Amino acid sequence: MKRDRITECNDWFLQRFPLTKLWNEHMAHYYAPKNFNFWYYFGSLALLVLVNQILTGIFLTMNYKPDAKLAFDSVEYIMRDVNWGWLIRYMHSTGSSAFFIVVYLHMFRGLMYGSYKHPRELIWIFGMLLFVALMAEAFMGYLLPWGQMSYWGAQVIISLFSAIPVIGDDLSLWLRGDYVVSDATLNRFFAFHVIAVPLALVLLVFLHIVALHEVGSNNPDGIEIKDSKDPWGHPVDGIPFHPYYTVKDLVGVGVFMLFFATVIFYMPEMGGYFLEHANFIPADPMKTPEHIAPVWYFTPFYAILRAIPDKFAGVIGMGGAIVVLFLLPWLDRSPVKSIRYRGGIYKKALFLFVISFLVLGYLGTQPATPTATIVARVFTAIYFGFFLLMPIYTRWEKTKPVPKRLTTTHSLEEQLPGLIEEIIHLKHGSTEIGHAAFKGSFFAIRPNPTGIRNVISRLAKNVKGSLN
Amino acid sequence: MKNLTVLLLLLSVSFGVVASEGVELQKASNHLGDNASLQRGAKHFVTYCLGCHSIKHIRYLRIALDIDVDPKKVLKDIAPEGANIYDQLHSAMNAHDAEKWFGTQPPDLSLIARSRGADWLYSYLKSYYIDPKSPRGVNNLIFKDTAMPNPLWQLQGDQYAEIKKNIWGDEYTNLLIKEPGTLSGGEFEIFINDLVNFLVYVGEPVQLERQRIGKYVLFFILMFIVLAYLLKKEYWKNIH
Repeated sequence: MKRDRITECNDWFLQRFPLTKLWNEHMAHYYAPKNFNFWYYFGSLALLVLVNQILTGIFLTMNYKPDAKLAFDSVEYIMRDVNWGWLIRYMHSTGSSAFFIVVYLHMFRGLMYGSYKHPRELIWIFGMLLFVALMAEAFMGYLLPWGQMSYWGAQVIISLFSAIPVIGDDLSLWLRGDYVVSDATLNRFFAFHVIAVPLALVLLVFLHIVALHEVGSNNPDGIEIKDSKDPWGHPVDGIPFHPYYTVKDLVGVGVFMLFFATVIFYMPEMGGYFLEHANFIPADPMKTPEHIAPVWYFTPFYAILRAIPDKFAGVIGMGGAIVVLFLLPWLDRSPVKSIRYRGGIYKKALFLFVISFLVLGYLGTQPATPTATIVARVFTAIYFGFFLLMPIYTRWEKTKPVPKRLTTTHSLEEQLPGLIEEIIHLKHGSTEIGHAAFKGSFFAIRPNPTGIRNVISRLAKNVKGSLN
Repeated sequence: MKNLTVLLLLLSVSFGVVASEGVELQKASNHLGDNASLQRGAKHFVTYCLGCHSIKHIRYLRIALDIDVDPKKVLKDIAPEGANIYDQLHSAMNAHDAEKWFGTQPPDLSLIARSRGADWLYSYLKSYYIDPKSPRGVNNLIFKDTAMPNPLWQLQGDQYAEIKKNIWGDEYTNLLIKEPGTLSGGEFEIFINDLVNFLVYVGEPVQLERQRIGKYVLFFILMFIVLAYLLKKEYWKNIH
């Protein structure tokens, strides 16, 4: 009797809402290539971090005061007097850096395996819009603690708009709502940070995933799994996203959380990169800090801005560094997607691009000395060279033939037994050379039981000691 | 005392915007878990610093709970007379007067250890030297022309700097104590370390607690990874 009621309720609901259809379309019957590797964890992790930011953000707004007089102290109030406020705040501040780490790795995956190429151009466009929205979200969120770096960082970045000819000054005034960054700016940034941009982010994530599920996921081989289907119409090389990738991503989530929690509990400032030291001083419009540097995730673009001598040209350069990413699907002329079947030129170009991104990122955190500026110029040229020369070098280079079906690659866990065997073998070989007396005897490679026991007991003691 | 006040009134406006002038910092050897050191540090702070600097983000009660001292004892031994256990560490100095006397308001020190770091504070407090050219009679190697007079000179003694003349002007190096203070070198070292330790603690009172909890969280996540991995392996065993 009771059971029937539940089934009835269930049916009532399902007759009115396509839950089963949605679930099947996007999870249980969504076929994903079976050869996803390490680089494919970061999409789901980005979603996880987004949820983390929204949840912790909701709790932070309960005690944060968007008022120039109260903001700084309210953050310290959260850190000290609100129960578990410190944890929520560190989860949010570490989460913002983690978001960019995850998103940069996610984008790098796209560059490696050509995930932006036909037919996934729109996914890439949505992804880039997400990236821009994320940068806006992070920039405005960084003003809210109202520390020295918050204040002067916002001052510097907003003043960039005044470099635009004719409308520049009025535009920056309109953005700030005042002649300098002030309470008015803080209030509007708060509004954008907690509602406007998050709404846009969630909408774009939705579009990103819908577009992805329409054309299907790319894979490390860069071939379309839909091209070879079994008699039932399922891709031969595909497996249902649920349960296979849900359980696999769960492992990724665990490993990510391990790093995330280590930062939160043991190094929340991350040596001044996640929480800048100068931001522990309340904003003071009368005192400019000697060295203004944005948070690490903006530094590559900041370095490009500073590398270009003219202010307006610098702004164009910085914007161009992001705009050029949007054009990627049309700049790449290679017939193959994955780096596995591209020629050597693309591999080297991508390597140079990654180096230039990292070097620019480092230079952006440092004061602009003449040498640093020259180095920044060189790497800015490489950064743009990677994109703007792409139509030429991707067409030139000789690509390898692409297989029809996915190739089997061995994951780390499958390689591990073989690797261990190899190491033992190597060790065995070296012992043979080193100790001729033991040559051929089994003794040389046999583990020492007392030694192992000692090591294990010492480890157990240390673990116990640290728990006490 | 009157002389000192006159001297203070004569102070010129000085903004301390220049940080450690490329001088290498000395390493502080403070230990956060040392409650005795934190107690001494709190006492030193109230005696020598609270006159000008407040720590508005902490209350006496929180200190008592964190460093494991009876709140009554905190009121008797550490807090100034008349303080309530729920009071924050507010300085009695009037901001308007301070501005007149020092040219700048003495900053609140709640987060000074987080913005400057323990080593900077340690080196700064040890690096005052007598400088007749300076309006305060003292100067600092780490923070040149600091607006803060040296409140610890009686303890440390008269410290002088060696002056090296070169093309860029005078360079001050090698601090030497000529007239010993009431504390010996070793005692002064402990004094500064205790004070720095206390400032590091008030910068983030929860830091020991979060490190303690962190171990359990990481252990739990490790267990989760093992389970998730076994689950994944079970599901994937037929996928080749």
